[in-house]
Amino acid sequence: MGTRRPFPAHILVFIAPAVAIYTVFMVFPLFDSLRLSLYAPQGGGSVFAGLGNYVRLLTDPLYAPRFWGAVRHNLVFFAVHMLVQNPIGLVLAVALSSRRLRGRTVYRTLLFMPTVLSFVIVGFIWQLILSPLWGVGEAMMRMAGLGGYFRPWLGMEGPALVALSLISVWQFVGVPMLLFHAALLAIPDEFIEAARVDGASGWMTFWRIVFPLILPTVGVVAILTYVGNFNAFDLIYTVQGALAGPNFSTDILGTLFYRTFFGFQLQLGNPTMGATISGAMFALIMAGVLLYVFVWQRRVQVYEL
Amino acid sequence: MARADVWREPLRAPAAMTKEGWGPPGAHLVLAAYVLVAIFPVVLIVMNSFKSRAAIFGEAYTPPRPGTFDLVGYETVFTRGHFEQYFSNSVAVTGLAIVLIVLLGAAVAFALSQYRFRGNTWLALYMAVGIMIPIRLGTVSILNLSSALGLANTLWSLVLVYTAQGLPLAVFILQLFMRQVPRDLLDAARIDGMSEYRIFGLVLPLVRPAVASVAVLTMIPIWNDLWFPLILAPGEATKTVTLGAQMFVGQFISDWNALLAALTLAMLPVLALYVVLSRQLIRGLTAGALK
Repeated sequence: MGTRRPFPAHILVFIAPAVAIYTVFMVFPLFDSLRLSLYAPQGGGSVFAGLGNYVRLLTDPLYAPRFWGAVRHNLVFFAVHMLVQNPIGLVLAVALSSRRLRGRTVYRTLLFMPTVLSFVIVGFIWQLILSPLWGVGEAMMRMAGLGGYFRPWLGMEGPALVALSLISVWQFVGVPMLLFHAALLAIPDEFIEAARVDGASGWMTFWRIVFPLILPTVGVVAILTYVGNFNAFDLIYTVQGALAGPNFSTDILGTLFYRTFFGFQLQLGNPTMGATISGAMFALIMAGVLLYVFVWQRRVQVYEL
Repeated sequence: MARADVWREPLRAPAAMTKEGWGPPGAHLVLAAYVLVAIFPVVLIVMNSFKSRAAIFGEAYTPPRPGTFDLVGYETVFTRGHFEQYFSNSVAVTGLAIVLIVLLGAAVAFALSQYRFRGNTWLALYMAVGIMIPIRLGTVSILNLSSALGLANTLWSLVLVYTAQGLPLAVFILQLFMRQVPRDLLDAARIDGMSEYRIFGLVLPLVRPAVASVAVLTMIPIWNDLWFPLILAPGEATKTVTLGAQMFVGQFISDWNALLAALTLAMLPVLALYVVLSRQLIRGLTAGALK
Protein backbone atom coordinates (compact mmCIF):
# COMPACT_ATOMS: atom_id res chain seq x y z
CA MET A 1 0.00 0.00 0.00
CA GLY A 2 3.05 2.29 -0.15
CA THR A 3 2.06 3.95 -3.40
CA ARG A 4 -1.28 5.74 -3.16
CA ARG A 5 -3.46 4.32 -5.82
CA PRO A 6 -6.55 6.31 -6.71
CA PHE A 7 -9.70 5.09 -4.99
CA PRO A 8 -11.39 2.57 -7.31
CA ALA A 9 -14.19 4.27 -9.21
CA HIS A 10 -16.69 1.43 -9.02
CA ILE A 11 -16.48 1.33 -5.23
CA LEU A 12 -17.19 5.05 -5.17
CA VAL A 13 -20.24 4.50 -7.36
CA PHE A 14 -21.52 1.85 -4.95
CA ILE A 15 -21.08 3.84 -1.77
CA ALA A 16 -21.49 7.50 -2.75
CA PRO A 17 -25.29 7.82 -3.15
CA ALA A 18 -26.16 6.14 0.16
CA VAL A 19 -23.40 7.90 2.06
CA ALA A 20 -24.49 11.24 0.62
CA ILE A 21 -28.16 10.88 1.62
CA TYR A 22 -27.29 9.46 5.03
CA THR A 23 -24.78 12.21 5.71
CA VAL A 24 -26.90 15.12 4.53
CA PHE A 25 -30.21 14.05 6.08
CA MET A 26 -29.11 12.24 9.20
CA VAL A 27 -25.52 12.79 10.33
CA PHE A 28 -25.34 16.47 9.45
CA PRO A 29 -28.68 17.34 11.12
CA LEU A 30 -27.65 15.52 14.28
CA PHE A 31 -24.40 17.49 14.53
CA ASP A 32 -25.98 20.73 13.38
CA SER A 33 -28.65 20.31 16.03
CA LEU A 34 -26.00 19.92 18.69
CA ARG A 35 -24.27 23.03 17.33
CA LEU A 36 -27.54 25.01 17.40
CA SER A 37 -28.02 24.11 21.03
CA LEU A 38 -24.92 26.18 21.80
CA TYR A 39 -26.42 29.37 20.35
CA ALA A 40 -29.02 31.78 21.65
CA PRO A 41 -31.22 34.03 19.51
CA GLN A 42 -30.38 37.71 19.78
CA GLY A 43 -32.02 40.44 17.73
CA GLY A 44 -32.31 39.04 14.21
CA GLY A 45 -29.36 36.65 14.46
CA SER A 46 -27.91 34.43 17.11
CA VAL A 47 -24.88 34.49 19.37
CA PHE A 48 -22.70 31.75 20.75
CA ALA A 49 -23.89 30.92 24.23
CA GLY A 50 -21.71 27.96 25.14
CA LEU A 51 -23.53 25.65 27.49
CA GLY A 52 -25.83 28.48 28.55
CA ASN A 53 -28.91 26.80 27.07
CA TYR A 54 -28.19 23.59 28.94
CA VAL A 55 -27.73 25.48 32.21
CA ARG A 56 -31.03 27.18 31.50
CA LEU A 57 -32.75 23.89 30.75
CA LEU A 58 -31.54 22.37 34.00
CA THR A 59 -32.06 25.35 36.32
CA ASP A 60 -34.39 28.00 34.86
CA PRO A 61 -37.79 27.84 36.63
CA LEU A 62 -39.44 28.08 33.21
CA TYR A 63 -37.75 24.96 31.86
CA ALA A 64 -36.27 22.92 34.69
CA PRO A 65 -39.47 21.56 36.29
CA ARG A 66 -40.82 20.49 32.87
CA PHE A 67 -37.52 18.96 31.87
CA TRP A 68 -36.99 16.97 35.06
CA GLY A 69 -40.64 15.96 35.02
CA ALA A 70 -40.24 14.64 31.46
CA VAL A 71 -37.07 12.75 32.37
CA ARG A 72 -38.89 11.16 35.29
CA HIS A 73 -41.85 10.23 33.08
CA ASN A 74 -39.52 8.69 30.51
CA LEU A 75 -37.95 6.60 33.24
CA VAL A 76 -41.37 5.44 34.44
CA PHE A 77 -42.30 4.60 30.85
CA PHE A 78 -39.08 2.61 30.51
CA ALA A 79 -39.52 0.87 33.88
CA VAL A 80 -43.05 -0.30 33.02
CA HIS A 81 -41.70 -1.80 29.79
CA MET A 82 -38.87 -3.56 31.59
CA LEU A 83 -41.12 -4.91 34.34
CA VAL A 84 -44.17 -5.85 32.27
CA GLN A 85 -43.41 -6.03 28.56
CA ASN A 86 -40.14 -7.93 28.65
CA PRO A 87 -41.16 -10.59 31.20
CA ILE A 88 -44.41 -11.23 29.29
CA GLY A 89 -42.38 -11.39 26.09
CA LEU A 90 -40.09 -13.96 27.68
CA VAL A 91 -42.97 -16.10 28.94
CA LEU A 92 -44.60 -16.05 25.50
CA ALA A 93 -41.27 -16.89 23.86
CA VAL A 94 -40.77 -19.87 26.15
CA ALA A 95 -44.27 -21.12 25.36
CA LEU A 96 -43.70 -20.48 21.67
CA SER A 97 -40.43 -22.39 21.70
CA SER A 98 -41.73 -25.51 23.41
CA ARG A 99 -40.94 -28.55 21.38
CA ARG A 100 -43.52 -30.21 19.18
CA LEU A 101 -45.78 -27.18 19.41
CA ARG A 102 -48.38 -27.11 16.72
CA GLY A 103 -49.56 -23.84 15.20
CA ARG A 104 -46.36 -22.01 16.08
CA THR A 105 -46.45 -19.77 13.01
CA VAL A 106 -50.09 -18.84 13.56
CA TYR A 107 -49.46 -17.89 17.17
CA ARG A 108 -46.37 -15.91 16.26
CA THR A 109 -48.15 -14.01 13.52
CA LEU A 110 -51.13 -13.11 15.71
CA LEU A 111 -49.05 -12.15 18.73
CA PHE A 112 -46.84 -9.85 16.73
CA MET A 113 -49.75 -8.21 14.93
CA PRO A 114 -50.28 -5.16 17.21
CA THR A 115 -46.64 -4.18 16.68
CA VAL A 116 -47.16 -3.38 13.01
CA LEU A 117 -49.94 -0.87 13.74
CA SER A 118 -49.06 2.78 14.16
CA PHE A 119 -48.95 4.44 17.56
CA VAL A 120 -51.73 6.67 16.31
CA ILE A 121 -54.11 3.79 15.64
CA VAL A 122 -53.20 1.99 18.84
CA GLY A 123 -53.61 5.16 20.88
CA PHE A 124 -57.09 5.79 19.49
CA ILE A 125 -58.17 2.17 19.85
CA TRP A 126 -57.34 2.18 23.55
CA GLN A 127 -58.73 5.64 24.06
CA LEU A 128 -62.05 4.33 22.77
CA ILE A 129 -61.90 1.12 24.79
CA LEU A 130 -61.01 2.93 28.00
CA SER A 131 -63.61 5.63 27.37
CA PRO A 132 -66.35 5.61 30.02
CA LEU A 133 -68.66 6.78 27.22
CA TRP A 134 -68.45 3.51 25.31
CA GLY A 135 -68.01 1.50 28.47
CA VAL A 136 -66.37 -1.49 26.77
CA GLY A 137 -63.42 -1.58 29.15
CA GLU A 138 -65.67 -1.21 32.14
CA ALA A 139 -68.00 -3.99 30.95
CA MET A 140 -65.04 -6.33 30.47
CA MET A 141 -63.80 -5.67 33.97
CA ARG A 142 -67.29 -6.25 35.32
CA MET A 143 -67.27 -9.65 33.63
CA ALA A 144 -64.04 -10.43 35.45
CA GLY A 145 -65.64 -9.29 38.71
CA LEU A 146 -63.52 -6.16 38.84
CA GLY A 147 -66.16 -3.67 37.69
CA GLY A 148 -65.75 -1.55 40.79
CA TYR A 149 -62.12 -0.87 39.98
CA PHE A 150 -62.70 0.77 36.60
CA ARG A 151 -61.67 4.42 36.39
CA PRO A 152 -61.18 6.79 33.44
CA TRP A 153 -57.44 6.28 33.90
CA LEU A 154 -56.32 8.31 30.88
CA GLY A 155 -57.87 11.40 32.41
CA MET A 156 -56.35 10.95 35.85
CA GLU A 157 -53.08 12.59 36.78
CA GLY A 158 -51.58 9.67 38.65
CA PRO A 159 -52.50 6.60 36.55
CA ALA A 160 -52.48 8.20 33.07
CA LEU A 161 -48.76 7.65 32.48
CA VAL A 162 -48.87 4.03 33.60
CA ALA A 163 -51.97 3.45 31.46
CA LEU A 164 -50.17 4.88 28.42
CA SER A 165 -47.09 2.78 29.16
CA LEU A 166 -49.27 -0.33 29.31
CA ILE A 167 -50.87 0.59 25.98
CA SER A 168 -47.38 0.72 24.51
CA VAL A 169 -46.55 -2.60 26.22
CA TRP A 170 -49.62 -4.13 24.57
CA GLN A 171 -48.38 -2.92 21.21
CA PHE A 172 -44.73 -3.92 21.46
CA VAL A 173 -44.68 -7.13 23.48
CA GLY A 174 -44.11 -8.99 20.20
CA VAL A 175 -40.61 -7.58 19.82
CA PRO A 176 -39.01 -9.08 22.96
CA MET A 177 -41.06 -12.21 22.30
CA LEU A 178 -39.49 -12.71 18.87
CA LEU A 179 -35.98 -11.91 20.01
CA PHE A 180 -36.18 -14.30 22.96
CA HIS A 181 -37.81 -16.89 20.72
CA ALA A 182 -34.92 -16.76 18.26
CA ALA A 183 -32.42 -17.04 21.10
CA LEU A 184 -34.25 -20.01 22.58
CA LEU A 185 -34.38 -21.84 19.25
CA ALA A 186 -30.60 -21.54 19.01
CA ILE A 187 -30.09 -23.59 22.19
CA PRO A 188 -29.34 -27.20 21.26
CA ASP A 189 -31.88 -29.71 22.55
CA GLU A 190 -29.08 -31.85 24.03
CA PHE A 191 -28.41 -29.22 26.71
CA ILE A 192 -31.94 -29.42 27.98
CA GLU A 193 -32.07 -33.19 27.73
CA ALA A 194 -28.80 -33.56 29.63
CA ALA A 195 -30.18 -31.43 32.45
CA ARG A 196 -33.35 -33.49 32.51
CA VAL A 197 -31.39 -36.72 32.63
CA ASP A 198 -29.45 -35.31 35.58
CA GLY A 199 -32.77 -34.87 37.34
CA ALA A 200 -33.22 -31.10 37.08
CA SER A 201 -36.81 -29.84 37.18
CA GLY A 202 -38.18 -27.72 34.34
CA TRP A 203 -37.94 -24.62 36.52
CA MET A 204 -34.34 -25.34 37.47
CA THR A 205 -33.39 -26.13 33.88
CA PHE A 206 -34.76 -22.79 32.81
CA TRP A 207 -32.94 -20.67 35.39
CA ARG A 208 -29.66 -22.62 35.46
CA ILE A 209 -29.26 -23.57 31.80
CA VAL A 210 -31.57 -21.64 29.51
CA PHE A 211 -31.57 -18.19 31.10
CA PRO A 212 -27.76 -17.82 31.25
CA LEU A 213 -27.64 -18.80 27.58
CA ILE A 214 -30.10 -16.09 26.52
CA LEU A 215 -28.61 -13.41 28.78
CA PRO A 216 -27.04 -11.58 25.82
CA THR A 217 -30.53 -11.24 24.31
CA VAL A 218 -31.81 -9.82 27.60
CA GLY A 219 -29.26 -7.03 27.12
CA VAL A 220 -30.28 -6.44 23.49
CA VAL A 221 -33.93 -6.25 24.51
CA ALA A 222 -33.14 -3.84 27.35
CA ILE A 223 -31.17 -1.45 25.17
CA LEU A 224 -33.79 -1.55 22.40
CA THR A 225 -36.47 -0.80 24.99
CA TYR A 226 -34.43 2.09 26.36
CA VAL A 227 -33.83 3.73 22.99
CA GLY A 228 -37.40 3.10 21.78
CA ASN A 229 -38.66 4.90 24.86
CA PHE A 230 -37.42 8.19 23.39
CA ASN A 231 -39.62 7.74 20.31
CA ALA A 232 -42.89 7.48 22.23
CA PHE A 233 -43.99 10.97 21.20
CA ASP A 234 -46.60 9.69 18.72
CA LEU A 235 -48.60 7.82 21.36
CA ILE A 236 -48.69 10.62 23.92
CA TYR A 237 -49.45 13.24 21.27
CA THR A 238 -52.29 11.17 19.87
CA VAL A 239 -53.95 10.33 23.16
CA GLN A 240 -53.20 13.36 25.32
CA GLY A 241 -52.25 16.08 22.81
CA ALA A 242 -49.10 18.19 22.73
CA LEU A 243 -49.73 19.42 26.27
CA ALA A 244 -49.44 15.81 27.52
CA GLY A 245 -52.27 16.19 29.99
CA PRO A 246 -53.78 15.97 32.47
CA ASN A 247 -51.63 18.77 33.85
CA PHE A 248 -48.43 17.57 32.09
CA SER A 249 -48.56 14.28 33.98
CA THR A 250 -47.72 12.32 30.81
CA ASP A 251 -45.21 14.80 29.42
CA ILE A 252 -42.14 12.93 28.14
CA LEU A 253 -39.04 14.32 26.46
CA GLY A 254 -40.56 13.83 23.01
CA THR A 255 -43.61 15.99 23.71
CA LEU A 256 -41.51 18.58 25.58
CA PHE A 257 -39.15 18.72 22.59
CA TYR A 258 -42.09 19.23 20.22
CA ARG A 259 -43.71 22.02 22.29
CA THR A 260 -40.46 23.83 22.93
CA PHE A 261 -39.28 23.66 19.33
CA PHE A 262 -42.59 24.31 17.59
CA GLY A 263 -44.43 26.32 20.18
CA PHE A 264 -47.92 25.59 21.28
CA GLN A 265 -50.90 27.85 21.88
CA LEU A 266 -49.50 30.93 23.67
CA GLN A 267 -45.97 29.65 23.91
CA LEU A 268 -43.70 30.67 21.02
CA GLY A 269 -41.44 28.13 19.36
CA ASN A 270 -37.77 28.28 20.26
CA PRO A 271 -35.51 26.31 17.90
CA THR A 272 -32.35 26.68 19.95
CA MET A 273 -34.01 25.50 23.16
CA GLY A 274 -35.60 22.69 21.11
CA ALA A 275 -32.14 21.73 19.90
CA THR A 276 -30.96 21.86 23.50
CA ILE A 277 -33.62 19.37 24.55
CA SER A 278 -32.69 17.06 21.70
CA GLY A 279 -29.07 17.44 22.81
CA ALA A 280 -30.05 16.36 26.31
CA MET A 281 -31.95 13.39 24.86
CA PHE A 282 -28.88 12.52 22.83
CA ALA A 283 -26.78 12.54 26.02
CA LEU A 284 -29.27 10.29 27.81
CA ILE A 285 -29.36 7.81 24.90
CA MET A 286 -25.57 7.78 24.62
CA ALA A 287 -25.28 7.19 28.35
CA GLY A 288 -27.54 4.16 28.02
CA VAL A 289 -25.76 2.80 24.95
CA LEU A 290 -22.30 3.28 26.49
CA LEU A 291 -23.42 1.60 29.70
CA TYR A 292 -24.64 -1.29 27.59
CA VAL A 293 -21.50 -1.59 25.48
CA PHE A 294 -18.87 -1.03 28.16
CA VAL A 295 -20.47 -2.46 31.28
CA TRP A 296 -23.05 -5.03 30.22
CA GLN A 297 -21.31 -6.47 27.16
CA ARG A 298 -17.98 -6.70 29.03
CA ARG A 299 -19.49 -8.48 32.00
CA VAL A 300 -21.96 -10.84 30.43
CA GLN A 301 -20.65 -14.25 29.52
CA VAL A 302 -21.44 -15.24 25.95
CA TYR A 303 -21.48 -18.96 25.31
CA GLU A 304 -20.75 -20.22 21.81
CA LEU A 305 -23.52 -22.62 20.86
CA MET B 1 -18.98 -12.49 14.17
CA ALA B 2 -22.56 -12.65 13.21
CA ARG B 3 -24.21 -15.70 11.86
CA ALA B 4 -27.08 -14.68 9.70
CA ASP B 5 -28.74 -18.06 9.75
CA VAL B 6 -29.59 -18.20 13.47
CA TRP B 7 -33.18 -17.36 12.76
CA ARG B 8 -33.65 -20.39 10.62
CA GLU B 9 -36.45 -22.64 11.76
CA PRO B 10 -35.45 -25.98 13.18
CA LEU B 11 -36.15 -28.86 10.87
CA ARG B 12 -39.63 -30.14 11.36
CA ALA B 13 -40.75 -33.73 11.33
CA PRO B 14 -44.42 -33.60 10.34
CA ALA B 15 -44.95 -37.33 10.72
CA ALA B 16 -43.67 -37.33 14.30
CA MET B 17 -45.77 -34.29 15.06
CA THR B 18 -49.09 -35.82 14.14
CA LYS B 19 -48.18 -38.81 16.25
CA GLU B 20 -47.35 -36.60 19.22
CA GLY B 21 -50.54 -34.54 18.97
CA TRP B 22 -50.71 -30.83 19.63
CA GLY B 23 -47.75 -30.37 21.88
CA PRO B 24 -47.70 -29.14 25.48
CA PRO B 25 -51.18 -27.97 26.59
CA GLY B 26 -49.71 -25.42 29.02
CA ALA B 27 -47.99 -23.60 26.17
CA HIS B 28 -51.20 -23.57 24.14
CA LEU B 29 -53.08 -22.12 27.10
CA VAL B 30 -50.61 -19.26 27.61
CA LEU B 31 -50.38 -18.47 23.90
CA ALA B 32 -54.10 -18.67 23.18
CA ALA B 33 -54.90 -16.47 26.18
CA TYR B 34 -52.47 -13.83 25.04
CA VAL B 35 -53.65 -14.03 21.44
CA LEU B 36 -57.04 -12.92 22.75
CA VAL B 37 -55.45 -9.95 24.50
CA ALA B 38 -53.54 -9.06 21.34
CA ILE B 39 -56.31 -9.24 18.79
CA PHE B 40 -59.49 -8.47 20.74
CA PRO B 41 -59.12 -4.65 20.66
CA VAL B 42 -58.49 -4.70 16.92
CA VAL B 43 -61.38 -7.05 16.20
CA LEU B 44 -63.68 -4.92 18.34
CA ILE B 45 -62.88 -1.75 16.38
CA VAL B 46 -63.19 -3.38 12.94
CA MET B 47 -66.42 -5.14 13.86
CA ASN B 48 -68.11 -2.05 15.25
CA SER B 49 -67.10 0.11 12.30
CA PHE B 50 -69.74 -1.75 10.26
CA LYS B 51 -72.57 -1.09 12.70
CA SER B 52 -75.13 1.61 13.36
CA ARG B 53 -74.51 4.05 16.17
CA ALA B 54 -77.15 2.46 18.37
CA ALA B 55 -75.59 -0.99 17.90
CA ILE B 56 -72.08 0.29 18.65
CA PHE B 57 -73.26 1.28 22.09
CA GLY B 58 -76.01 -1.28 22.56
CA GLU B 59 -74.30 -4.48 21.52
CA ALA B 60 -70.62 -3.79 21.17
CA TYR B 61 -69.50 -7.42 21.30
CA THR B 62 -71.62 -8.99 18.57
CA PRO B 63 -70.61 -9.00 14.93
CA PRO B 64 -72.77 -6.86 12.64
CA ARG B 65 -76.00 -8.57 11.56
CA PRO B 66 -78.68 -7.48 9.08
CA GLY B 67 -80.46 -5.24 11.61
CA THR B 68 -77.32 -3.49 12.82
CA PHE B 69 -75.14 -3.43 9.71
CA ASP B 70 -74.46 0.15 8.68
CA LEU B 71 -71.84 1.81 6.48
CA VAL B 72 -72.65 5.37 7.53
CA GLY B 73 -69.20 5.76 9.12
CA TYR B 74 -67.47 4.95 5.83
CA GLU B 75 -69.75 7.37 3.98
CA THR B 76 -68.69 10.15 6.33
CA VAL B 77 -65.03 9.27 5.95
CA PHE B 78 -65.18 9.24 2.17
CA THR B 79 -67.22 12.43 1.84
CA ARG B 80 -65.51 14.49 4.56
CA GLY B 81 -61.97 13.16 4.64
CA HIS B 82 -59.50 12.81 1.81
CA PHE B 83 -58.34 9.32 2.54
CA GLU B 84 -57.71 8.38 -1.11
CA GLN B 85 -55.29 11.28 -1.28
CA TYR B 86 -53.64 10.30 2.02
CA PHE B 87 -53.27 6.74 0.83
CA SER B 88 -51.59 7.68 -2.40
CA ASN B 89 -49.24 10.00 -0.50
CA SER B 90 -48.31 7.25 1.94
CA VAL B 91 -47.84 4.73 -0.84
CA ALA B 92 -45.64 7.14 -2.81
CA VAL B 93 -43.48 8.10 0.17
CA THR B 94 -43.11 4.59 1.55
CA GLY B 95 -42.60 2.98 -1.86
CA LEU B 96 -39.97 5.43 -3.02
CA ALA B 97 -38.11 5.35 0.28
CA ILE B 98 -38.06 1.54 0.28
CA VAL B 99 -36.70 1.37 -3.27
CA LEU B 100 -33.95 3.84 -2.38
CA ILE B 101 -33.12 2.11 0.90
CA VAL B 102 -32.89 -1.34 -0.64
CA LEU B 103 -31.00 -0.31 -3.77
CA LEU B 104 -28.54 2.13 -2.21
CA GLY B 105 -28.20 0.08 0.96
CA ALA B 106 -27.45 -3.07 -1.04
CA ALA B 107 -24.81 -1.21 -3.04
CA VAL B 108 -22.97 -0.15 0.12
CA ALA B 109 -23.38 -3.60 1.64
CA PHE B 110 -21.96 -5.09 -1.55
CA ALA B 111 -18.93 -2.79 -1.47
CA LEU B 112 -18.34 -3.47 2.23
CA SER B 113 -18.59 -7.24 1.89
CA GLN B 114 -16.77 -7.68 -1.45
CA TYR B 115 -13.87 -5.24 -1.49
CA ARG B 116 -11.09 -4.48 0.91
CA PHE B 117 -10.53 -0.79 0.43
CA ARG B 118 -9.11 2.04 2.50
CA GLY B 119 -11.61 3.01 5.20
CA ASN B 120 -13.75 -0.11 4.83
CA THR B 121 -14.05 -0.61 8.58
CA TRP B 122 -14.64 3.09 9.19
CA LEU B 123 -17.41 3.19 6.62
CA ALA B 124 -19.10 0.16 8.24
CA LEU B 125 -18.88 1.86 11.62
CA TYR B 126 -20.08 5.19 10.24
CA MET B 127 -23.16 3.59 8.74
CA ALA B 128 -23.82 1.52 11.87
CA VAL B 129 -23.92 4.54 14.18
CA GLY B 130 -27.30 5.47 12.75
CA ILE B 131 -28.90 2.24 13.93
CA MET B 132 -28.97 3.33 17.54
CA ILE B 133 -29.48 7.09 17.32
CA PRO B 134 -33.05 8.22 16.56
CA ILE B 135 -33.05 10.58 13.58
CA ARG B 136 -35.71 12.64 15.35
CA LEU B 137 -33.04 14.25 17.49
CA GLY B 138 -31.92 16.15 14.40
CA THR B 139 -35.40 17.47 13.65
CA VAL B 140 -34.61 21.17 14.21
CA SER B 141 -31.88 21.07 11.58
CA ILE B 142 -33.83 18.79 9.27
CA LEU B 143 -36.62 21.35 9.15
CA ASN B 144 -34.12 24.15 8.46
CA LEU B 145 -32.47 22.04 5.78
CA SER B 146 -35.71 21.12 4.09
CA SER B 147 -36.82 24.74 3.84
CA ALA B 148 -33.36 25.79 2.65
CA LEU B 149 -33.55 23.20 -0.12
CA GLY B 150 -37.09 24.26 -1.00
CA LEU B 151 -38.46 20.90 0.11
CA ALA B 152 -40.75 22.15 2.87
CA ASN B 153 -44.21 20.64 2.59
CA THR B 154 -43.20 18.26 -0.17
CA LEU B 155 -43.25 14.49 -0.13
CA TRP B 156 -39.59 14.55 -1.18
CA SER B 157 -38.52 15.83 2.21
CA LEU B 158 -40.16 12.78 3.79
CA VAL B 159 -38.65 10.38 1.25
CA LEU B 160 -35.12 11.64 1.82
CA VAL B 161 -35.39 11.67 5.61
CA TYR B 162 -36.84 8.17 5.69
CA THR B 163 -34.18 6.92 3.30
CA ALA B 164 -31.47 8.29 5.57
CA GLN B 165 -33.23 6.74 8.56
CA GLY B 166 -33.57 3.30 6.96
CA LEU B 167 -30.12 2.96 5.38
CA PRO B 168 -28.04 2.03 8.46
CA LEU B 169 -30.07 -1.05 9.37
CA ALA B 170 -30.40 -2.06 5.70
CA VAL B 171 -26.64 -1.92 5.17
CA PHE B 172 -26.02 -3.84 8.37
CA ILE B 173 -28.41 -6.69 7.59
CA LEU B 174 -27.61 -6.95 3.89
CA GLN B 175 -23.87 -7.17 4.42
CA LEU B 176 -24.38 -10.06 6.86
CA PHE B 177 -26.08 -11.96 4.08
CA MET B 178 -23.79 -10.84 1.27
CA ARG B 179 -20.77 -12.17 3.13
CA GLN B 180 -22.27 -15.63 2.76
CA VAL B 181 -22.39 -15.53 -1.02
CA PRO B 182 -19.61 -17.88 -2.18
CA ARG B 183 -16.59 -15.92 -3.41
CA ASP B 184 -15.76 -18.52 -6.06
CA LEU B 185 -18.99 -17.75 -7.82
CA LEU B 186 -18.13 -14.08 -8.11
CA ASP B 187 -14.54 -14.76 -9.07
CA ALA B 188 -15.78 -17.02 -11.84
CA ALA B 189 -18.00 -14.21 -13.07
CA ARG B 190 -15.03 -11.83 -13.00
CA ILE B 191 -12.93 -14.23 -15.04
CA ASP B 192 -15.78 -14.35 -17.54
CA GLY B 193 -15.26 -10.61 -17.91
CA MET B 194 -18.33 -9.36 -16.09
CA SER B 195 -18.12 -5.80 -14.83
CA GLU B 196 -18.43 -5.12 -11.11
CA TYR B 197 -21.87 -3.58 -11.70
CA ARG B 198 -23.09 -6.74 -13.44
CA ILE B 199 -21.74 -8.78 -10.55
CA PHE B 200 -23.74 -6.61 -8.14
CA GLY B 201 -26.77 -7.39 -10.28
CA LEU B 202 -25.87 -11.06 -9.93
CA VAL B 203 -25.58 -10.96 -6.14
CA LEU B 204 -28.78 -9.03 -5.48
CA PRO B 205 -31.15 -11.88 -6.46
CA LEU B 206 -29.06 -14.29 -4.39
CA VAL B 207 -29.87 -12.41 -1.20
CA ARG B 208 -33.51 -11.89 -2.15
CA PRO B 209 -34.89 -13.14 1.20
CA ALA B 210 -32.73 -10.61 3.03
CA VAL B 211 -33.84 -7.85 0.67
CA ALA B 212 -37.47 -8.74 1.35
CA SER B 213 -36.85 -8.71 5.09
CA VAL B 214 -35.17 -5.33 4.98
CA ALA B 215 -37.97 -3.93 2.85
CA VAL B 216 -40.71 -5.01 5.24
CA LEU B 217 -38.74 -4.13 8.33
CA THR B 218 -38.04 -0.57 7.21
CA MET B 219 -41.44 -0.07 5.65
CA ILE B 220 -43.50 -0.33 8.82
CA PRO B 221 -42.00 2.55 10.81
CA ILE B 222 -42.14 4.74 7.70
CA TRP B 223 -45.80 4.03 6.99
CA ASN B 224 -46.71 4.51 10.66
CA ASP B 225 -44.68 7.61 11.40
CA LEU B 226 -46.48 10.66 12.73
CA TRP B 227 -43.56 12.89 13.73
CA PHE B 228 -42.06 13.85 10.36
CA PRO B 229 -45.32 14.26 8.43
CA LEU B 230 -46.52 16.51 11.26
CA ILE B 231 -43.39 18.63 11.16
CA LEU B 232 -42.12 18.49 7.57
CA ALA B 233 -45.27 18.08 5.47
CA PRO B 234 -48.45 18.92 7.39
CA GLY B 235 -50.18 20.53 4.37
CA GLU B 236 -53.44 19.04 3.10
CA ALA B 237 -51.86 17.95 -0.20
CA THR B 238 -48.99 16.06 1.43
CA LYS B 239 -50.68 14.41 4.42
CA THR B 240 -49.91 10.75 4.90
CA VAL B 241 -52.46 8.23 6.15
CA THR B 242 -51.12 8.28 9.67
CA LEU B 243 -51.27 12.06 9.96
CA GLY B 244 -54.56 12.21 8.05
CA ALA B 245 -56.16 9.67 10.39
CA GLN B 246 -54.78 11.49 13.41
CA MET B 247 -56.29 14.80 12.30
CA PHE B 248 -59.53 13.30 11.06
CA VAL B 249 -60.18 11.48 14.32
CA GLY B 250 -59.37 14.65 16.22
CA GLN B 251 -62.11 16.49 14.33
CA PHE B 252 -64.73 13.77 14.45
CA ILE B 253 -64.15 12.75 18.04
CA SER B 254 -67.88 12.58 18.78
CA ASP B 255 -68.92 10.81 15.56
CA TRP B 256 -68.29 7.22 16.60
CA ASN B 257 -69.23 5.69 13.25
CA ALA B 258 -66.76 7.87 11.37
CA LEU B 259 -64.16 7.34 14.06
CA LEU B 260 -64.26 3.57 13.90
CA ALA B 261 -64.42 3.59 10.10
CA ALA B 262 -61.39 5.86 9.85
CA LEU B 263 -59.38 3.68 12.23
CA THR B 264 -60.34 0.55 10.31
CA LEU B 265 -59.43 2.11 6.98
CA ALA B 266 -56.08 3.25 8.33
CA MET B 267 -55.11 -0.13 9.71
CA LEU B 268 -56.51 -2.65 7.22
CA PRO B 269 -53.90 -2.11 4.49
CA VAL B 270 -51.09 -2.57 7.01
CA LEU B 271 -52.71 -5.69 8.43
CA ALA B 272 -53.32 -7.16 4.98
CA LEU B 273 -49.72 -6.56 4.01
CA TYR B 274 -48.56 -7.98 7.31
CA VAL B 275 -50.44 -11.22 6.80
CA VAL B 276 -48.74 -11.62 3.42
CA LEU B 277 -45.25 -10.60 4.52
CA SER B 278 -45.05 -11.61 8.18
CA ARG B 279 -42.47 -14.31 7.51
CA GLN B 280 -40.03 -11.83 5.94
CA LEU B 281 -40.68 -9.31 8.67
CA ILE B 282 -40.04 -11.71 11.51
CA ARG B 283 -36.92 -13.05 9.87
CA GLY B 284 -35.56 -9.55 9.31
CA LEU B 285 -36.25 -8.49 12.85
CA THR B 286 -34.45 -11.41 14.41
CA ALA B 287 -31.52 -11.26 11.97
CA GLY B 288 -31.09 -7.56 12.71
CA ALA B 289 -31.00 -7.83 16.47
CA LEU B 290 -29.11 -11.06 16.99
CA LYS B 291 -25.82 -9.90 15.64
